[in-house]
Amino acid sequence: MNEFMEKKVKLKWYEPKQTYDVIIIGGGGHGLSTAYHLATRHDITNVAVLERKYIGGGNSGRNTTVIRANYGIPEAVKFYQRSVELYQRLEEETDRWMMHKQKGILWMAHTEAHVRQEKARAEVNTAFGAKTIYVTPKEINEIAPEVDLTGGGKWPVLGASYHPEAATARHDRVNWALAEGANKRGVYIHQRTEVIDLLKEGNRVIGVMTNHGPMYAKTVMSAVGGHVTRIARMAGIRLPIRTHPLQAYVTNHYELEFDPIVASTSLLFYVSQTARGEMLIGAEIDRQPSYNYRAGHHLIQTCSFRAITLLPFLRHLRILRQWTGVCDMSPDYSPIMGFTPVEGFVITTGWGTWGFKAIPVGGEQMAELIATGRTPDLIAPFALDRFKKDRTKADRGSAGTH
Amino acid sequence: MSILIPCPHCGPRPVEEFVYGEVPVVPEEITDPEERDFDFGFMRNNPEGVQREAWFHAYGCRRWVYIERDTVNDEVIGR
Repeated sequence: MNEFMEKKVKLKWYEPKQTYDVIIIGGGGHGLSTAYHLATRHDITNVAVLERKYIGGGNSGRNTTVIRANYGIPEAVKFYQRSVELYQRLEEETDRWMMHKQKGILWMAHTEAHVRQEKARAEVNTAFGAKTIYVTPKEINEIAPEVDLTGGGKWPVLGASYHPEAATARHDRVNWALAEGANKRGVYIHQRTEVIDLLKEGNRVIGVMTNHGPMYAKTVMSAVGGHVTRIARMAGIRLPIRTHPLQAYVTNHYELEFDPIVASTSLLFYVSQTARGEMLIGAEIDRQPSYNYRAGHHLIQTCSFRAITLLPFLRHLRILRQWTGVCDMSPDYSPIMGFTPVEGFVITTGWGTWGFKAIPVGGEQMAELIATGRTPDLIAPFALDRFKKDRTKADRGSAGTH
Repeated sequence: MSILIPCPHCGPRPVEEFVYGEVPVVPEEITDPEERDFDFGFMRNNPEGVQREAWFHAYGCRRWVYIERDTVNDEVIGR
């Protein structure tokens, strides 16, 4: 038995019913997490999760698995810090091993402006509950001796913010554990069930039409990723979402352990080591909106070049595989959660490139919203109407990459 | 994405030479001018299919090229 042998996910298969209390569209991390928290925290188990393909097959299985809370705005720091804490005890709670490993993240600064930015990040984080400190090049060398502090002579490292609670986890296992935990308590998980239309009565969503027939519910939640605009159009609401492809790739395995996650906003890349030893490298979304899952050479070329300037050992590795996900990007790089103008229809979207780290807290808060019928304080700043109220939560510098 | 953009001045050129530019389309159903301004600024059609868009040929003739592209398979339909 080796540590990478997968345990089969134990899911019970139920015939679809006609009526549920809650229908969740999208069997990714956020959908499953909401179902899990509805079942465990609020005893609402008459819930159906509808997934077009298979659970965790969208962005929940394509992300780069970084869990961290070192954001730049108070609302986001509080929100993601809650998620970091929930992740730390999720393995114990679900009794499933998720390969959760605390690594720490180094966020490099290469210019005076970025030094100020990273110092500000450390201050904001400390003030709102996340542990982040500013470290000097000497301290960086102690944390990660592999980092070339001269940055290949072009991008000298002047300092960094260090967030020791940053972690990674195996994304599939997170999805499976949440699905299993919810399913065990009676939640219906219908895979290969595609929502064709939403059933409406006036300004109220009363159910969904699927390829297995109609299903009715008091509350319908959309936890759809890149294709959320399609669901929103069925409900009759417009979203500030653009769908962009995001690419990432891994190299073959690096023999030594490389512990911290290294990120740099000015060089625009981040590197972490997977549990198999592969070096996982990613950057930013492709600039043009697209639903295409094809990956290209351009990213590998430019991103590897930048990664090697900071971590020269990467030049000896070979690229094994790359992949693409389609991300629901919000204009201010913050999620959109909560009620919509349509009654009985709640939404969690805009997870773009930062959704995985928020799976436990996103599900917990949305479950509370559905169960109590009011928006919890933690996610109130991320409501859909914030754009109209001119209260956008712009945080691209923290959310833009991973 | 690796596609060729048909530049009217330079011929088909790789997409890496271009900078993407959005052409927001506000639905005609929205009539209130303030609503239209808001929609123009924030809301997006985000179509799964053909959309009109602009590309700036930054590493070429430095002019704007308007094309229609299918966002599902990135195929350029026409100009």
